[in-house]
Amino acid sequence: MRFERREHRPVALVIATPLIAIASALAIAGVLIAIAGAPVLEAYWRILQGAFGSRLSATETLTRATPLILTGLAAAVAFRARLWNIGGEGQFYLGAITVAWASSQLFGDLPSFVQIPLLLLFGAIAGMILLLLPLWMRLRFSVDEVVTTLLLNFVAVLIVSMLIDTVLKDPLAFGWPQSQPVADAAMLPKLLARSRLHLGLVIAVVLALVLAFVQSRTVFGMQSRAAGLNPQGAAFAGVPLGRTLVIVACISGGLAGLAGAVEVMGVQGYVTTELSPGYGYSGIVVAMLANLNPFGVVLAGLFTATMFVGADGMSRSLGIPSYIADVIVALSLLTMLIAVFFTQYRIRR
Amino acid sequence: MSAVFDIIASAGLWAAVLRIATPLILGTLGALLCERAGVLNLGIEGIMTFGAMIGWLSVYNGADLWTGFLMAALAGGLFGLLHAGLTVTLGLSQHVSGLGVTLFAASFSYFVFRLAVPVAGTPPTITPFQPIAIPGLSDLPFVGPAFFVQTPPTYLAILLALVLAYVVFRTPLGLAIRMTGENPHAAEAQGINPMVVRYGAVIVGSALMGMAGAFLTLSAFNSFFPTMVQGRGWICIALVVFASWRPERALLGALLFAFFDGFQLRLQTALGGAVPYQLFLMIPYVLSIAALAVMARRARVPQALMQPYRRGER
Repeated sequence: MRFERREHRPVALVIATPLIAIASALAIAGVLIAIAGAPVLEAYWRILQGAFGSRLSATETLTRATPLILTGLAAAVAFRARLWNIGGEGQFYLGAITVAWASSQLFGDLPSFVQIPLLLLFGAIAGMILLLLPLWMRLRFSVDEVVTTLLLNFVAVLIVSMLIDTVLKDPLAFGWPQSQPVADAAMLPKLLARSRLHLGLVIAVVLALVLAFVQSRTVFGMQSRAAGLNPQGAAFAGVPLGRTLVIVACISGGLAGLAGAVEVMGVQGYVTTELSPGYGYSGIVVAMLANLNPFGVVLAGLFTATMFVGADGMSRSLGIPSYIADVIVALSLLTMLIAVFFTQYRIRR
Repeated sequence: MSAVFDIIASAGLWAAVLRIATPLILGTLGALLCERAGVLNLGIEGIMTFGAMIGWLSVYNGADLWTGFLMAALAGGLFGLLHAGLTVTLGLSQHVSGLGVTLFAASFSYFVFRLAVPVAGTPPTITPFQPIAIPGLSDLPFVGPAFFVQTPPTYLAILLALVLAYVVFRTPLGLAIRMTGENPHAAEAQGINPMVVRYGAVIVGSALMGMAGAFLTLSAFNSFFPTMVQGRGWICIALVVFASWRPERALLGALLFAFFDGFQLRLQTALGGAVPYQLFLMIPYVLSIAALAVMARRARVPQALMQPYRRGER
């Protein structure tokens, strides 16, 4: 038995790929649910209900999807150029704490329409800086960026933990380590009254559209793809590899930093070390599920948020640990990898 | 300054260094074995988490400690089989597959643990491995209590480092593994099956990672809690580069690293809150990054690392 590269990829197969992958992941997770002693179909029905059954849960799912779309875009844009940015989590936190600092110490008095764009920019720049260091180490010392970006996640969370314990600590938080709140003028407008859904979702979707345009219609998009597919060939063809990677890193780190900024300004209003339940890491899965396509990231972000929000309700009513959501999402990543492989290869005896 | 000296002169520090180093030694050896055969295994963080969980759960359910350790190794090997299937047979990106394995293994660990052990106020515990004093050697002044009163897995880890150093550099099997990592086509021309070697190395390497995790719950602590691996897996990946893919240097690297870790813990107590404790906690991660920068240029990477091997394809 051997694998043979397909001459062309049938469009129907490419479209069906994520659906097949997610269906397989749900089937495997179904076995786990059954072993845990719960009715499988009912469990999935409850997840759907928990995520979309009411106005409150639906807006909650969309709110949860917002940072996932942003960190998903961050991973997708980097992975396409084979820049393995696994540091989304750290970039998220650095973006978040920078916003809390800038709003509480610098721009708190500025009106919303000036302050909000400024803060978003600051959050994005913070994320960029955290990714530029590993990129520099890769270009200068050829250090694999996977490990450096990963280790910086821990450093970033510790920096945040230190700041909210000391200089940025909110004196009104009854001794809890939490940052000073951002100004009221810094909070993103709500999309719907009586919900947590905020402007961040629009920002995330618009950025996905912009990124899709940049990747498919600009010279830079072509160059970043070429840099990923075949670095030597690209360099020979005159693609400035270093410069392309720096721009990719700025976009990727910037998006992850922005995700943190948006989460602070849209939902919480202040920073704790529990701001992110692993959005940076989930963003990697979201990007892979989307096969690195920006439109796909929006859908994959929605799928992932559905699992996370829905699993909570299901967990309460059926007694299945809510970690099943993480299991389903991780399994989807693995099944997606295999499914994508079979769109590119066929089995030959 | 005298605080620093007191810390370094205490046998307690050095005993702790060996303890802290043990999971790093086992994990680094595991990652090193995979990479020597040409496969990067970023599944390590998740595999360690699963090993920690399954080892603990086995003992909690009545198995003896060594059986728990073995279960962790077996579970690690199974995840290695998964990673090998994805990267060796299908030739998928080793980066992406490893991350997938890590995410799956970690979330699966939490799920199984929550399923087996309902939420409780205090986490349930087991009786872990007890330190064994090596007769004769443990009576030596200073050196005895520092190095020769350890739990059995620590002795095992050091032994394994020496065994692996011998196997990799002094046996035909080691030559086959190194050739597969350097140039699988040449290996195949010599009658070695690179696929088999890669599968074997990834499975055994991952089993070592599972043991590294089990040390945490069966020897260093007595309970399991999510996120207890805390980036140790990633530090192991960095240590492989630091060790230039040599088992005996992996042992030294892990010990050096553990020294700084044990030292910062004690310094933190000695300075008593004068400096934010988070700065101390950052040291291991910053040190790993620094070690990578220093060593990466000098290190000789296995030439076929991260390159999928397909018969008849170049």
